[in-house]
Amino acid sequence: MLRGRRRMECTLDAQSLISISLRKIHSSRTQRGGIKLHKNLLVSYVLRNARQLYLSERYAELYRRQQHYPDGAPLLAMPACPPPAAAPPELAALPLPADTQDREARSCAVVRGGAELLEGPVCAAPPELQRAPCRDSSPGFYRAAGSAGPGGGGGGGSSAAPGLLYAAGCDFGTGGVPHCSSRTTVLDLDTHVVTTVENGYLHQDCCSQCPCCCQPVAGLASPPPAPGTKRKYYPGQEEEEEGVEEGEPGGGGVAGGPPFAPCTKRARFEEYSAEHPQDSSNISNLISIFGSGFTGLVSRQQADSEQPLNGQLCGKQALASLGAWTRAIVAF
Amino acid sequence: MAGVAGGGGGGGSNDFQWCFSQVKGAIDEDVAEADIISTVEFNYSGDLLATGDKGGRVVIFQREQESKSRPHSRGEYNVYSTFQSHEPEFDYLKSLEIEEKINKIRWLPQQNAAHFLLSTNDKTIKLWKISERDKRAEGYNLKDEDGRLRDPFRITALRVPILKPMDLMVEASPRRIFANAHTYHINSISVNSDHETYLSADDLRINLWHLEITDRSFNIVDIKPANMEELTEVITAAEFHPHHCNVFVYSSSKGTIRLCDMRSSALCDRHSKFFEEPEDPSSRSFFSEIISSISDVKFSHSGRYMMTRDYLSVKVWDLNMENRPVETYQVHEYLRSKLCSLYENDCIFDKFECCWNGSDSAIMTGSYNNFFRMFDRSTRRDVTLEASRESSKPRAVLKPRKVCTGGKRKKDEISVDSLDFNKKILHTAWHPMENIIAVAATNNLYIFQDKIN
Repeated sequence: MLRGRRRMECTLDAQSLISISLRKIHSSRTQRGGIKLHKNLLVSYVLRNARQLYLSERYAELYRRQQHYPDGAPLLAMPACPPPAAAPPELAALPLPADTQDREARSCAVVRGGAELLEGPVCAAPPELQRAPCRDSSPGFYRAAGSAGPGGGGGGGSSAAPGLLYAAGCDFGTGGVPHCSSRTTVLDLDTHVVTTVENGYLHQDCCSQCPCCCQPVAGLASPPPAPGTKRKYYPGQEEEEEGVEEGEPGGGGVAGGPPFAPCTKRARFEEYSAEHPQDSSNISNLISIFGSGFTGLVSRQQADSEQPLNGQLCGKQALASLGAWTRAIVAF
Repeated sequence: MAGVAGGGGGGGSNDFQWCFSQVKGAIDEDVAEADIISTVEFNYSGDLLATGDKGGRVVIFQREQESKSRPHSRGEYNVYSTFQSHEPEFDYLKSLEIEEKINKIRWLPQQNAAHFLLSTNDKTIKLWKISERDKRAEGYNLKDEDGRLRDPFRITALRVPILKPMDLMVEASPRRIFANAHTYHINSISVNSDHETYLSADDLRINLWHLEITDRSFNIVDIKPANMEELTEVITAAEFHPHHCNVFVYSSSKGTIRLCDMRSSALCDRHSKFFEEPEDPSSRSFFSEIISSISDVKFSHSGRYMMTRDYLSVKVWDLNMENRPVETYQVHEYLRSKLCSLYENDCIFDKFECCWNGSDSAIMTGSYNNFFRMFDRSTRRDVTLEASRESSKPRAVLKPRKVCTGGKRKKDEISVDSLDFNKKILHTAWHPMENIIAVAATNNLYIFQDKIN
């Protein structure tokens, strides 16, 4: 990341810290001697701190946008995250209103957040995840080995972790049309629901139904499908569509597609993020790893569209909806 | 060039200098991972110095008797015994490899001619007996000199075997193996002052053992939450009190220390004393939790104080005062602004140890760039020294080093950005009575002693 360019001085912003931390947790699985509980616990604290800062920055930005568009448009826009300030190397985590009251609960939450990613060999991850060859987590593309279904891995976590599989947003248009440039697609491994959020609208199924993905069309062509539409996801299907977009051979049908191979997506996303290092979907994808709360937040906001967005409310909701990410640290 | 006084019967205000004495280990730039020293420990008399490495080996050095012919060279440490203590293992049930790295060595007090030490890796503790053999019996009846059995019918006369001297042989044999008691990684062992029991601590539990009994241990501390999602801290180090056999302490990743009394209850989950310094809110950062994690805790020889090491500082605590340490020493405060990079390259997770001198007047701990730091508690003076091959001439006086934290770099100073973070001194040991220190620098062991006037 920054290693090559800056030796000692580095001004890591929250999102870089998050991705670095995730990478550490991920690589700890394959380290000799087994998962180090102590180190992973410490990393999860950094994750929490970085996430707190990031969320507070983000919701502050959302609030400002809301002030700009008081007519209730984009409920949860995907704003370009304010370019990470050249913060001093030590960023104090901005205190969220919930922060001071509830640190203890959140320390548990972050442990959960980090813990979810600690699923080591003990976890009975579903086979399709275990087949995934690409373990490396580049920013914005991280595969969490949650446990979907009743198989539920080790540790006896009481609540099933949804395990979010994040897939890179659609590309930003073959013709340079930026319509899809801020899209997040989140796959919930428990319910197998694909949820796509684009530019503030909750698009279910954007990838399959948005014609711009499949044809070179300028601008937003079709209206977003009604919120609430869900589509069953079959492993490999999304990959298929992406493949179609790029003119690659189509491959099989909907079901029974090739085992999910994220490498293709990752390569594309890396290219994408190299060009748009500050892109908001990068950040939002990271958020989605921690917060199914993101989508939860959106649906809540749709219901309460008149309620002014303010940092306090968003913060509380996001933090409260961490429950989705509840797998315990299971060291052994 | 003032050094730091300490040890022996000397007063705290005596200035003296540290000199290079010996260095053990390969000079090769290419360091094999297995050769990296992972623990250093003097025995109770200081005559033996044990090191453990990542390859699971233990090397014991013995101090030579001072000879009249070379009065200026105090007893040198030479290899006494080398043995493979732990081997890599594989836990098939959990599909986990168990590292053979020696995490800790602790000597037992000597009770007879043999020496005993405990060595541990992540999962298994072993009691080793190191004994000398300098005589050999000859003249057996039932077997001849090369060990072959003689045919009993051929024996026509009986003889009494006699002992003959032989070249000294030092044998190390495992006398006890204490296994299968720890689910998590063992980080500490500590021999009790009763010389009968010892404790072993992993991330979440502390067990009490009897040295004679290997198939049973008693769990005395268990901080594992019922729901692992609620885990917020782990045990990082534990030690028995040097005099009170019922008292021990353990430190946590949250920067707290708990003192427990085994006489108050069988399960010491509830502490008797709780040592914590309130966090300074102005210094809060992303990495506050990491740098407050305690990596080592050591009682003073007197038993009145204990010392803790976290990432940036060493603190001395009075056992009678729980709300803050009595002394705090900054080891390398200039790293506080570099925590981002140190997090990236994993250095922020390095676990530095610390040690007292024999009289508890000085403390020592390691840093980066092969620097180590000494603090004189009475004069409040501190010194930074370096363990390097360059200053490894016999009896060469160590020159104090200085790190330039900003502004103009003076001559002989080294800037923070030039520090080599791969050269870290995590393990140091101080002779229990004299001013001799052992400093482990990656795969080399440096021995320094004070200059004899």
